[in-house]
Amino acid sequence: MAISKEEVLHIAKLSRLKLSESEVDALAHNLSDILQYVEKLNELDVSGVEPMTHAVPTQMRLREDVVEQRLTRDDLMKNAPASQDGMFKVPKVVSD
Amino acid sequence: MGFNELSIEEFGQKLRAGEVTSEAVTKAILDAIDADQTNAFITKPDRDAALERAREIDAKLAAGEDLGPLAGVPIALKDNLCTKGVRTTAASKILGDFEPPYDATAVRKLAEAGAIAVGKANLDEFAMGSSNENSAFGPVDNPVNTDYVPGGSSGGSAAAVAGHLCLAALGSDTGGSIRQPAALTGTVGLKPTYGRVSRYGLIAFGSSLDQIGPITKTVRDAAYVLEAIQGPCEFDMTSMEVEAGDYQAAVDAGVSGLKIGVPKEYFELGAGEDAIHPEVKAAVQNALSTLEAQGAELVDISLPHTEYAIATYYLIATAEASSNLSRFDGVRYGHRSDDAPDLESLYENSRSEGFGDEVKRRIMLGTYVLSAGFYDAYYKKAQQVRTLIKQDFENAFQEVDAIVTPTTPSPAFKKGEKTDDPLQMYLEDIYTISCNLAGIPGISVPCGTTGDGLPIGLQILAPAFREDTLFQVAGEWERSGK
Amino acid sequence: MSIYDEWDLVVGCEVHCQLATNTKIFSSAPTAFGAEPNTQVNEVDLGLPGVLPVLNGKGVGFAVAAGLALDCEINQTSIFARKNYFYPDLPKGYQISQHETPICGEGHLDVTLEDGSTKRVGITRIHMEEDAGKSTHAGANSLVDLNRAGVPLIEIVSEPDMSHPDEVVAYLKELRAIVVYLGVCDGNMEEGSFRCDANVSVKRKGATELGTRCELKNINSFKFIKDAINYEMRRQIELIESGQKVIQQTRLFNPDRGVTFAMRDKEESHDYRYFPEPDLPPMVVSDARLAEIKESMPELPAAKRARYQSEFDLSAYDAGVLSDHRPIAEFFEGAVAECPDDPKQVANWVINELLKEASADDIASDEFKVKPAQFGELVKLISTDVISGKIAKKVLPKMLETGDGAEEIVEREGLKQVTDTGAIEQFVDEVIAANPGQVQEYRDGKESLFGFFMGQVMKASRGKANPGMVQQMLRSKLKG
Ligand SMILES: [Mg+2]
Ligand SMILES: [Zn+2]
Repeated sequence: MAISKEEVLHIAKLSRLKLSESEVDALAHNLSDILQYVEKLNELDVSGVEPMTHAVPTQMRLREDVVEQRLTRDDLMKNAPASQDGMFKVPKVVSD
Repeated sequence: MGFNELSIEEFGQKLRAGEVTSEAVTKAILDAIDADQTNAFITKPDRDAALERAREIDAKLAAGEDLGPLAGVPIALKDNLCTKGVRTTAASKILGDFEPPYDATAVRKLAEAGAIAVGKANLDEFAMGSSNENSAFGPVDNPVNTDYVPGGSSGGSAAAVAGHLCLAALGSDTGGSIRQPAALTGTVGLKPTYGRVSRYGLIAFGSSLDQIGPITKTVRDAAYVLEAIQGPCEFDMTSMEVEAGDYQAAVDAGVSGLKIGVPKEYFELGAGEDAIHPEVKAAVQNALSTLEAQGAELVDISLPHTEYAIATYYLIATAEASSNLSRFDGVRYGHRSDDAPDLESLYENSRSEGFGDEVKRRIMLGTYVLSAGFYDAYYKKAQQVRTLIKQDFENAFQEVDAIVTPTTPSPAFKKGEKTDDPLQMYLEDIYTISCNLAGIPGISVPCGTTGDGLPIGLQILAPAFREDTLFQVAGEWERSGK
Repeated sequence: MSIYDEWDLVVGCEVHCQLATNTKIFSSAPTAFGAEPNTQVNEVDLGLPGVLPVLNGKGVGFAVAAGLALDCEINQTSIFARKNYFYPDLPKGYQISQHETPICGEGHLDVTLEDGSTKRVGITRIHMEEDAGKSTHAGANSLVDLNRAGVPLIEIVSEPDMSHPDEVVAYLKELRAIVVYLGVCDGNMEEGSFRCDANVSVKRKGATELGTRCELKNINSFKFIKDAINYEMRRQIELIESGQKVIQQTRLFNPDRGVTFAMRDKEESHDYRYFPEPDLPPMVVSDARLAEIKESMPELPAAKRARYQSEFDLSAYDAGVLSDHRPIAEFFEGAVAECPDDPKQVANWVINELLKEASADDIASDEFKVKPAQFGELVKLISTDVISGKIAKKVLPKMLETGDGAEEIVEREGLKQVTDTGAIEQFVDEVIAANPGQVQEYRDGKESLFGFFMGQVMKASRGKANPGMVQQMLRSKLKG
């Protein structure tokens, strides 16, 4: 399965990655190789095989509904690249 | 022999005999790290803090406190493990100078066991790689021969142990990232059963595959570290409460009566066009004969879906990674591009500047296989094949107690040799990946060297939560293979 | 002529209810509304590296209870999934939700419409998920507060079964009453605890093929829902009638202008790349837990309404008033238990007197002084002629003020009715003797004066004389 440059650009958009012209070329090539390699799986008949979503069969444990705050806002926000009034600052969100 | 060359076990004996202190061994380690030329560390330890902590431990021991085998032991941490107040990078530019406000559970448990954290070891960016050449902080040299890679992604951890820059290290293993570098550097590397060790504070790559584990100089040392870090954790729903055997006893127990499976696929397939390296094959067959001579019964088995493991792995791991790495967006922490006039450029420029090529490639692949119209053909299919791979092991473990294979198809390769062809690099992991897909534990132990002096690794696999069996076989080989 | 003669309206709803838990769905940070920005958060809510979600057990119980109330199939094994998209208020770059296997499958809700008829609305599913944060604008920037991020939600998705805005409102009101009843959600629409998205389409009357739908997002009052749907229906009809096409899109309602408008949307944003959440194992609701939740389910408003009508012979309206709010219903039933012979009188007194003094919230509060049994006791004193209704109206405020029992107050203040024939005869005789002129007029045929005599006697007794006995005695003595 070959992947086109247009598809690479679409996937880059979904992934929020901006790619240079040469990166697009390289990825179209690399991804096509890899996708061709994984075609291998089509040799197998998997009809009726349950997909494995978790590595080890286990069930959810549940947490008690009890408030616990181990960290302060300063702890949590000290790594923020930009903040104002205790909030994270970003360029204007336009869509609403 | 410098104190830094001791194993944990030897250090413990000398400590209790009054022949060494934690301060002395920590100082020896700090000096060795200062002199390091292999680039094993991204963040070197705070010398004063480490020595102060060593003195604290010495004082407690002097007061007669029994602190267990890790007390005063300098241990290095792979830099994808969060450490409170200490920069954690995952070897990526995207994290900037991120300082976690919490410790990973495994890190906390080591500290509680009295270990002394000595620095943050280098790795492939976000643990994506098999050679440690994908680090934003530069590649790591293999201390055995600096022209060669140390393997990856826990390359810094393995190089630090092999180069005596710590007594032991923590790594993480998503598709072989502990075992492969252990094999390539002549150290012991253990990937526990999925769920044995809490993943809380481990920067996620492939969430359903990642496990934290030790890289050590000896099998017994690996048992000490696993004993300290294992167990369920209230912050990780996938960590499990499952009885652990007596690992120390297992190391000494021998293999008499044990049935060891020898999967034919692991002695045929190689990396791409190349079949398994003949010296690797011979060394592992020699080890099998030794184990047989010690009373194990060898059983030929088949794991028929082995050849599909890499394809399966690269679909699942990249899909999970594409989602796990979405949080690195320049909004709340980490690198933010200076060129961010609007929200879209904030996202795209921060991420494009912050992630390296291999990480971008995997995010792209993972996004693609999950995207509309492709989910069933790629991601879901991979999950179904994952079931078949797991069933291979379940069937095999009906017959045998453990499985023995080479860890890698060939010894360490030269730096730069495989960087141009990602697919060739992926094939490096052909023998280690199935273990992560099936969720079972695996260990790599040294198995001699090639004529060029490059280490060879022997891999042992056991059923889920039977790390004790791994220690049994590994312990026997370490003793009788000498 | 109405547009409904030519057009069919088709509406389905997606309702997000905030679960009434103390902590977030996947972290132990608090959920308080209106706190300082980014103070109700921890490392999980901020999506810091290496952290993992830990599910709140209480929220699971709430989701199951909502499912049982809506007659849903309960999926005893359900799966969490990641919904991937980038947005500054979504810290991880994905929302943890449920996709292929939600906690509740198909169910339905029967809704009573204004004309008394019943409309069945199909429930497609209920799934659990986390809320996102909030961004506010500040000049060229937006500021992100993640207090809301990770607040537990259930999303209740209905079938497109509603064909009139009134049906939508009735459905939402009933749904809201139920989740509030269950204690699952506080139902507060202004604070966003109960939010509705409506999928609206139109088709020519009787056509079988559905039209293209638009999703109206986050409408926060019943009135706006009605206005928004009415507007959207007309907008779509106009488009079709002028030969244009309805474009599938997400639209917002502007209540000031009474119009809906298209949200700015990126074409790729709908590719959510769902996949099972690897950090959370399958969620299993055991048989025992399910039985326990079933056991603790309260009787729901609709059932109460029906029972009050059949068992207590109440009107539909009164039954509705008493059952709409759980504190009122519980108060009423507690009072009836104390006064089982006269539930109708209890109902009247709750509706006409108690609810004049107190709201459902007051009644639910611990500080509310009158307990249901005390109120029942008061009504019982009336129905057994110990006090008159008039006296009771004086007793109730004292009960509300002091928390003392009705009997205690009546006793203490000497408010018991006089039922002693001799005493009543004395009052009657006094009044007849004091008003000879009026007595004469009455005897001459001016019967309307009877009320005057009644009033005088009651006044003389300071309201305590039994009105029935006074009436009887007055009539016989006035005959002469
Ligand atoms: Mg929705
Ligand atoms: Zn939703």
